[in-house]
Amino acid sequence: MTRYIAQRTFSLIPVLIGVTLLVFLVMQLAPGDPAQIMLGPKATETSLAQLRHELGLDQPLHVQYVRWLTRVLQGNWGRSIQLKREVLPFILERFRNTAYLTILAALFACSVGVPAGILSAVRQYSLSDRMAMVLALVGFSMPIFWLGIILQIVLGLKVGILPVSGMRSPERTDLVDLINHLILPSLTLAAGVTAIIARMTRSSMLEVIRQDYIRTARSKGLRERLIISRHALKNALIPVITVVGLQVGYLLGGDVFAEIVFSYPGIGLAMVNGILARDFPLVQGAILLVATSYVLVNLAVDITYAYLDPRIRYG
Amino acid sequence: MDSNCVKSTHPKAADARYKVQHVTEVEPSVQVRSPTQQALRRLRRDRMAVASAIFLLLMVIISILAPVLAPRDPTETNLSQRLAPPATPGYPLGADDLGRDILSRLIWGGRISLLVGFSAVLVAMILGVLVGLVGGYFGGWLDSLIMRLIDILLAFPAILLAIAIVASLGPGLQNAMLAISIVGIPYYARIVRGSVLSLREQEFVYAARIIGVPDFRILTRHVLPNCLGPLIVAATLDVGWMIMIAAGLSFLGLGAQPPTAEWGVMLSQGRQFIRSALHISILPGAAIFLVVLALNLLGDGLRDALDPRLRE
Repeated sequence: MTRYIAQRTFSLIPVLIGVTLLVFLVMQLAPGDPAQIMLGPKATETSLAQLRHELGLDQPLHVQYVRWLTRVLQGNWGRSIQLKREVLPFILERFRNTAYLTILAALFACSVGVPAGILSAVRQYSLSDRMAMVLALVGFSMPIFWLGIILQIVLGLKVGILPVSGMRSPERTDLVDLINHLILPSLTLAAGVTAIIARMTRSSMLEVIRQDYIRTARSKGLRERLIISRHALKNALIPVITVVGLQVGYLLGGDVFAEIVFSYPGIGLAMVNGILARDFPLVQGAILLVATSYVLVNLAVDITYAYLDPRIRYG
Repeated sequence: MDSNCVKSTHPKAADARYKVQHVTEVEPSVQVRSPTQQALRRLRRDRMAVASAIFLLLMVIISILAPVLAPRDPTETNLSQRLAPPATPGYPLGADDLGRDILSRLIWGGRISLLVGFSAVLVAMILGVLVGLVGGYFGGWLDSLIMRLIDILLAFPAILLAIAIVASLGPGLQNAMLAISIVGIPYYARIVRGSVLSLREQEFVYAARIIGVPDFRILTRHVLPNCLGPLIVAATLDVGWMIMIAAGLSFLGLGAQPPTAEWGVMLSQGRQFIRSALHISILPGAAIFLVVLALNLLGDGLRDALDPRLRE
């Protein structure tokens, strides 16, 4: 197991280098001169040249990349043009907010998707199975930004029980208030993932309950409930865990829409505002942080998978 | 001259060898169906998939005929009809905050969404298939290089990658389209590469190689047609996804720009009026939802039809 973890971790190094390279290049390709953006339209040619020299923009591309990467590794992620403050502490704070949202959405999705998938599989082709699968398809086809608006209207404005925007009410710092603000955006975000998890659980469960050891358990006279919960579920959930891990990527990306609809101060909102304001240091930092965390989540999923299913380790 | 050649509509039926073979094949009592015909038969029995296909076809026709069908110019403003509710005379689905006819905007918006969805998938598929075929068939350092590059693209959540590319190219519909096409490449490359790796080792490919068929011909005539099934399914599901993401980028202000009649733009602009005029944001969202749902239903149906083993 240790060997597997070491192997997987080392194999990430080229991927992470590639990610930094891509993030670096994406921002290099962006139109506009960073020096010009930072100094504004009235800057003189000499001051522009001086700033370009200070920023190392007059160096060849590979030198700039190595310099940038060194600074990133040292924790110097540059200054936001728009906010006039250090990028790293700001995006870390925003990322924490996004993490709340993502984790809650993942919890919602698993707590609905997994039982729905199990029920569907156990009662294959029943009315509840069909209903669940139609609902899953609907959930999967709904644009996050549209669902967000609908929930905002129905649960926020018409029923009026939940706040429809922001992260905290003024002058409140308690957990209840935070969770109230998180419910609608995380439900919005969870819909698509719930659908995928339900479908995956169902098909994985169907595959498992056809296997010999389940037939053995049945012929021993075990109760069906016990067979499903003790014998089938353990194996059926292994692929589901991978899907949940992959869906974190969907959540981290799709979260942008939920944050915009609910004006939730997460990293997605910061990133989109950054792009519209051409605040490249901020955008670069945000993309790098989200992509890196996605890579790490995938690593964690791979390791969990290998731990649960020894066939992967020795395969 | 084709009168003695039962059911033959093949343009090359004039080829004598072909004709003889064909006539002997079609015995009156034995019905031979190609795998494609069998798949189509299975698809026809899937009512949801058929309904979705009809709905999508209708949407395509409406989009093509938008200049004829749309009752008004989608950007024509009329402040006297500001925020008019649905069923207002002359404005069947109401008007938005500038008094523009929502029905006309939806029709024109469908044109953009469908065009973006289909063309982005086409671009992604062509590039992905090319990369996957070459990598999978030739293997070696080229394959390793391609796979590493693909790993890097896949290290980003898809939507984030699209946003990153738009950030680099600048907001706009064309750039958004390019961005989602690039995001799609790795998925097709992986599907094709996977199929090619197993096809490469099969006897009919060996046989072709032994009799000296050039690589290009082996790839296009023998390998690619065998990857088509999974590709068609992936592409159908992907068109829906791409439509959704393109609209999403426009919603964020990174894709199509106002006053363009595009579903994501309409949704985003209508958001300011959810308290007074719900329909402005609900209708374009519903349009995206229905098209994506239809594509997903059709995609599921196609998958079941093309590979009945996967059904369950």
